[in-house]
Amino acid sequence: MFTGLLSALGGRAISFATYVGDVVMLAMETIGAAFAHKIRWRLFLQQIVEIGLRSQVVVMITGAFTGAVFAAQTYFQFNKLGMGSAVGAVVSVSVCRELGPVLTALMVTGRVGASMSAEIGTMKVTEQIDALRALAVHPIDYLVIPRLLAMMLSMPLLVAECVAIGIAAGYFVAIFLLEVNGTYYMANMVRWTQLRDIIMALSKAVIFALLIVFISCHKGLTSREGAVGVGKATTEAVVNASLAVLIFNFFLTMGLNIIFPAGYQ
Amino acid sequence: MSENGSAMIEVRGLAKRLGEQEILRGVDLSVAKGETLVIIGRSGGGKSVLLKHLIGLMTPDTGKIWIDGENIIGLSERQLAAVRRKIGILFQGGALFDSMTVEENISFPLHEAGERDPKKINEKVREMLEVIELEGEEKKMPVNLSGGMKKRVGLARSIIQRPSCVLYDEPTAGLDPVVSDSINRLIRRLQKRYAVTSIVVTHDMKSAFHIADRIAYLHEGRIYFYGTPQELEASGDPLIQDFMLGRSERESVAESA
Repeated sequence: MFTGLLSALGGRAISFATYVGDVVMLAMETIGAAFAHKIRWRLFLQQIVEIGLRSQVVVMITGAFTGAVFAAQTYFQFNKLGMGSAVGAVVSVSVCRELGPVLTALMVTGRVGASMSAEIGTMKVTEQIDALRALAVHPIDYLVIPRLLAMMLSMPLLVAECVAIGIAAGYFVAIFLLEVNGTYYMANMVRWTQLRDIIMALSKAVIFALLIVFISCHKGLTSREGAVGVGKATTEAVVNASLAVLIFNFFLTMGLNIIFPAGYQ
Repeated sequence: MSENGSAMIEVRGLAKRLGEQEILRGVDLSVAKGETLVIIGRSGGGKSVLLKHLIGLMTPDTGKIWIDGENIIGLSERQLAAVRRKIGILFQGGALFDSMTVEENISFPLHEAGERDPKKINEKVREMLEVIELEGEEKKMPVNLSGGMKKRVGLARSIIQRPSCVLYDEPTAGLDPVVSDSINRLIRRLQKRYAVTSIVVTHDMKSAFHIADRIAYLHEGRIYFYGTPQELEASGDPLIQDFMLGRSERESVAESA
């Protein structure tokens, strides 16, 4: 029984390592090809529309309600200590460093990551990817590179948008609903929020973009036959990319905090 | 270099295993330039797998393949691009890009080859639409096309760059007899018009006799018979007779008993 358990664990570990290796190989090949081969700008623009433009509403709503509820909860606690005007600083720094990038990444994973793996997966099972290859077009050049570039450009902008709207919503809730003093609120927020918090938000955005693109495209490209295969690939892409975002976020926070420490210096 | 210098395609000892199943067990084949070879055999017998090897979409476990004198085994996906430009392939379901119109599908290889002049592109697309007899359907999306139309558009897309060889994967499967006949005539017309080397995989005997210069019968992963349509017809081999007459094994055993 013990050997059975060990062998099952070993099997899982090997398949996990193989999977990570495959995704890393795809990433390396794509980044190499992006420099070496022609870029299809029309497809890149189409992806910008799909990823950047069509994610606006989702990201704005996410940012607005997260900022609003976070401001309210912070106020309920801080107000007991007479620190209501510090709410702005807490909301702003937290939204920049954590909530903005992570929630945007999770929403983009659900919306864009799922559609990437479903679209590429469907192309795989209907022989459209074989047709591309037969027409001497490399699937990475045609499918992955435009998505990678569009995500690299869109994600920082979407995160910036989410952060800005989160801060604005927090301000609105604190000043107009909870009647915090606006002048102190703003003064504390500006004092405690630094350029490094914004750099951290944007750095995380770029890394999350890479995770979402490669995990989703890899699942699509390795999708198995039939509608069940595509459905499974899509679900796994969303789950894996979401988990990767959350796990990487912790390590990024710890690592980036050394370069860009939080708090007033 | 291939063993036979004048061959467009030459295959030696091709073997492929998919999971537990041995699909190809040492296929030897040679197709001369300008010739039409029809590969027949039972469904699931490895015909499509063999065809996909010829354009590098699958890699064999053992064996060698020469395309126009060049050994393609061991070439990377990017190195294969040059070989693939010489070959067009018609997939079983057409494999049209479903996000593009008929016109965009047909002109796709031109755009990829860097052609930017809309007049030239339009001219070539019109010519292809005329060859496949689908004038006026260019704005349709693949989802609105019938099975036969999809195959014809797929064929136009694969030949627009004038490859010297065209591979057809079950071109008449799932089509009614009239549409099947129109596809057969189209294949014949292409042979005459562009003098392309063709390899057609099918289990449609009528189609095979209509278009073949030579016929190869793939059985249990090997080429069981290779010859002209007349030689095939004259063959007294029970296995070939059963296949041609569409007799199942059980019935033929019962009859011979």
